[in-house]
Amino acid sequence: MTTDVIIEVKNLQKHFRGGTIRALDGVDAQIHRGEVVVVIGPSGSGKSTFLRCLNLLEHPTGGTVTFEGHDITDPKANINLHRQKMGMVFQHFNLFPHMTILKNLTLAPMKLLGKSQKEAEDIAMSLLERVGLHDRASAYPSQLSGGQKQRIAIVRALCMNPEVMLFDEPTSALDPEMVGEVLDVMKQLANDGMTMVVVTHEMGFAREVGDRVIFMAEGKIVEENLPNVIFSSPQEERTQSFLAKVL
Amino acid sequence: MFPTSWAEFHRRLILNFIEKDRWHYLVQGVLSTLRITFFACLLGIAIGVVVAIIRASHDKNAATMRRGMPRIFLKIVNGICKVYLTVIRGTPVVVQLFIMVLVIFSSQDKTFTAILAFGINSGAYVAEIIRSGIMSIDKGQFEAGRSLGFNYIQTMRYIILPQAFKNVLPALANEFIVLLKETSVAGYVGVEDLTRGGQKILGTTFDPLFVYIAIAGIYLTLVMFFTWLVGKLERRLQSSDH
Repeated sequence: MTTDVIIEVKNLQKHFRGGTIRALDGVDAQIHRGEVVVVIGPSGSGKSTFLRCLNLLEHPTGGTVTFEGHDITDPKANINLHRQKMGMVFQHFNLFPHMTILKNLTLAPMKLLGKSQKEAEDIAMSLLERVGLHDRASAYPSQLSGGQKQRIAIVRALCMNPEVMLFDEPTSALDPEMVGEVLDVMKQLANDGMTMVVVTHEMGFAREVGDRVIFMAEGKIVEENLPNVIFSSPQEERTQSFLAKVL
Repeated sequence: MFPTSWAEFHRRLILNFIEKDRWHYLVQGVLSTLRITFFACLLGIAIGVVVAIIRASHDKNAATMRRGMPRIFLKIVNGICKVYLTVIRGTPVVVQLFIMVLVIFSSQDKTFTAILAFGINSGAYVAEIIRSGIMSIDKGQFEAGRSLGFNYIQTMRYIILPQAFKNVLPALANEFIVLLKETSVAGYVGVEDLTRGGQKILGTTFDPLFVYIAIAGIYLTLVMFFTWLVGKLERRLQSSDH
């Protein structure tokens, strides 16, 4: 792991209803290149909001997000260009139901990166091969299982050749028997050196794959540390009580 | 009034439609009706898509947008769209047609004026249909598009609108059929559409029963044909994703 910072978050705030609800209440964080950061915490702790602020799907009410040295919260920043380098995977997959799998994968590379259809399809097919779904290229999303959909969603983000991948509870909507296949793909990705920020309830994954675990509660980062430290000897009482419930 | 024998039926049929090639009026009328409906429908969809995108964008985003010029601009165009929808949907199409002919395009070609009037009228209804289609698409679709790096318009074009269109196709087809029938008032301003063509026959044969039933039969046939066509299209769209 290098110390090259890819995303820097400073005093991030997200308020609703004029400040009566504080989804994020002053979050500072750094994501380093090649690092796998796992964000855990009780529901309503702001961890998804935090993740969604990183690519500005959610506009923070205060603070800054700096991506590769650019302040992307600056209204003048071209957020669309930055988002091309930040892949995102959603809880509910959000594949495009009116397109085949192959079209799902090649749409953005062709329209945004100017790749030819052949180039885009070659990349898509080789990535599909890696997740074991190359035989489903001409299927429609509705014909796939949840686990397959999520693997396709990961591939769709990877087709843009991103610098960082954001995962928003990628296994929470899956049947239990399909969680493994998605986590395997994510593990493989982590081993290949992809920078990842993962919001999840999969503590096993956090412990095994994470380089660092962030515990959030009530819109703040309560504690962050190496996975084995967080899980074996959490310092904060909030962390202890949360882990006692989920482990 | 009603024919009392086959012989009379036959005689009146010939009188109304065959003699002096009177059926030409109906054929010319059908062509004119279809021409007006088709182009008015295209215009209506063009207006409808633009208005629907503006209205849906406003309803979805205005509350969370940052203050500044884009937000002010969106609020203003949304206001204009709302006025358009209110005025068009709040007044009868015949009156709109008269205004279009008498005030706005007094010297223009009548068919062109009718297309414009019916297109602008239909646009208001199409806009609301498409808007409901856009609003029915899960917001995750929008987020997925934006997260890949598509801008707002591209996301609409490649991801949201194709799905929205598919969802509202039956309602759009219905609007087309309503429009087809509504153009029957175009005769009021001198357009020689199907209804007007029939009335021309009536002017020489004075046999309203035969003429109006013939007109009704032709409208019904057209409507049934388009209903069948849309059903076919819908089935094809459905088979493409399930």
